Amino acid sequence: MNFFLEVLIGGLLSGVMYALVALGFVMIYKASGVFNFAQGAMVYLAALSVVGCMEKGAPLWLAIILAFVIMTLFGIATEKFVLRKLVNQPPIALFMATIGLAFFIEGVAPMIFGSEPRALELGIVDEPIPWILDNWNMVISKFDLVAAGVAAVLVATLALFFQYTRIGRALRAVADDHQAALSIGIPLQNIWAIVWGVAGFVALVAGMMWGARNGVQFALTFTALKALPVLILGGFTSVPGAIVGGLIIGASEKLAEIYIPPVMQDLFGGNFGGIEGWFPYVLALLFLLVRPEGLFGEKHIDRV
Amino acid sequence: MLYREAGQFKTTYAADQQIFPIRQDRIGVIALLVVAFIGVPLFASEYWFSAILIPFLIFALAALGLNVLTGYAGQLSLGSAAFMAVGAYAAYNFQLRIEGIPILVSFICAGLTAAGVGILFGLPSLRIKGFYLAVATLAAQFFIVWCLTKFPWLSNNSSSGVISTQRLIIFGHELTTPVEKYLLVLSIVVVMALAAKNMVRSATGRAWMAVRDMDVAASVIGIKLMQTKLLAFAVSSFYCGVAGALYAFCYLGSVEPDGFSLEMSFKILFMIIIGGVGSIMGSFLGAAFILLLPIFLDIALPFFAELFGLPFSSATVSHIQITVFGALIMFFLIVEPHGLARLWQIAKEKLRLWPFPH
Repeated sequence: MNFFLEVLIGGLLSGVMYALVALGFVMIYKASGVFNFAQGAMVYLAALSVVGCMEKGAPLWLAIILAFVIMTLFGIATEKFVLRKLVNQPPIALFMATIGLAFFIEGVAPMIFGSEPRALELGIVDEPIPWILDNWNMVISKFDLVAAGVAAVLVATLALFFQYTRIGRALRAVADDHQAALSIGIPLQNIWAIVWGVAGFVALVAGMMWGARNGVQFALTFTALKALPVLILGGFTSVPGAIVGGLIIGASEKLAEIYIPPVMQDLFGGNFGGIEGWFPYVLALLFLLVRPEGLFGEKHIDRV
Repeated sequence: MLYREAGQFKTTYAADQQIFPIRQDRIGVIALLVVAFIGVPLFASEYWFSAILIPFLIFALAALGLNVLTGYAGQLSLGSAAFMAVGAYAAYNFQLRIEGIPILVSFICAGLTAAGVGILFGLPSLRIKGFYLAVATLAAQFFIVWCLTKFPWLSNNSSSGVISTQRLIIFGHELTTPVEKYLLVLSIVVVMALAAKNMVRSATGRAWMAVRDMDVAASVIGIKLMQTKLLAFAVSSFYCGVAGALYAFCYLGSVEPDGFSLEMSFKILFMIIIGGVGSIMGSFLGAAFILLLPIFLDIALPFFAELFGLPFSSATVSHIQITVFGALIMFFLIVEPHGLARLWQIAKEKLRLWPFPH
């Protein structure tokens, strides 16, 4: 039972990390209807810029600010040079453009900051918390807990930003109805630039957490792929959905990784590790058959 | 002046509905086939066959398959490489486990196996569409590759799922040289491209396009969504499966599941974006472009490096490649969403009027 709980909690905490990436997707999708495949590449770019600036001698806080500036500029440039030109194209074309954008970033970022894997020191150690280890005999990583805390703060900040600031209200209006927002004088293009800036900020937070945990390397771009089933479970348009979806995916994939291979080994023989690689997708796929719009997504009504 | 259909009168319905209604097109296609079947084998070197022409034809076939699904039926798929893997492993297993099965029959069976798997993973498309479906096809990509690695039976108990393909024997003759393999691949690709071209002009193809443009409207006018979508998945996976079998048997000779990665799926997707979504010819143009671009950059970049005195490491070259790929994708989507095939179309329109402006 203890072991089960340990796996479950470990899974939930790693799910928080997925949710961090998924949040960036939700931001952009809500405000502009673009499914931004490049979010993973942005996470990579953000983490690389932090590490890159630190290598040039900047202290951590300055590096973070610089990285934020880079991400914002990048977001604005994307909006201006790519998305604005693709207005009125079908969503699939925009999606494919963001795949191109992802490749572009994956090529440019290492050219600027170097491609070798590096460690990112945030001053948090990835070790079990002794108190829990002693009393409950469970290994719960301190780092994971901090990550969960960061995610909670981030979500709260975003919620406040959306609820109580002028820009946040404008963002919600745009997300609701582009046309109506335009007609009451909300500058659509500025809003989109801001959204990309916010998504860049989310990518920065996610990049720092992931980078500190697994090292800043190319594999960071794959975090985006893991965020996709999270989005499907939670619904593309829902911030709480991203969190809940992340928790479900994180917990279920860790449990599956522990409990399914022995069963399959009994049935077929051989080694069946690595279920983590596909389990979230199949789970999301099965879930889609039951609820095509996700847990918290908006119900979609087709009209001819 | 040469390219003009003036004076070519159609007197029968059959003549009116043929694939290439303009005589110059027909001559052009025949000339192209003659060059491909006779001219190229006479002059091309071994390197050209095994490094450029064979992979070009195979990827063109895979792109054709994806184009049927994405370009014509409008269902975005990110799992084409996985279906190629199914084809490759199925062909290997048919050869291995059925005594004396002709290689072409095992290719067809491989395609059919891939089609079956494709239908299975196409089932969600009945409920979901767009991005959701794209993610669902990612499930196919990861799940299939994992299965091929983990079930030793599929790769005849080889470690990490690597298979070495059997000998290619057709009508008692063993194909060993690149030229022979090239001719085999070429014949299969020509037949299948022709079939695809005819399929998309038939009722099936029109049903696909109706579903692509708006599926609710299509079902209102009496198109059965389930059959149409699943057929698109089946046909697309069949093409990808055969392409995968050819990839294993005629190109590499030995493949592993991890070779059919997500990256390869993206590459095939890029081929149809750059070549032209919803165009048979675009699949070929796109495949040629995507395969030739890295070769071109490999040659051109060191040259530029020397010209400007910049030190380019091989890592930088590969980064520049990725960057150029990404930039080109965005460029094409912005400037010419219909790809190279559309440029070709425009050129033909201009040719018809040449030398007059209107």
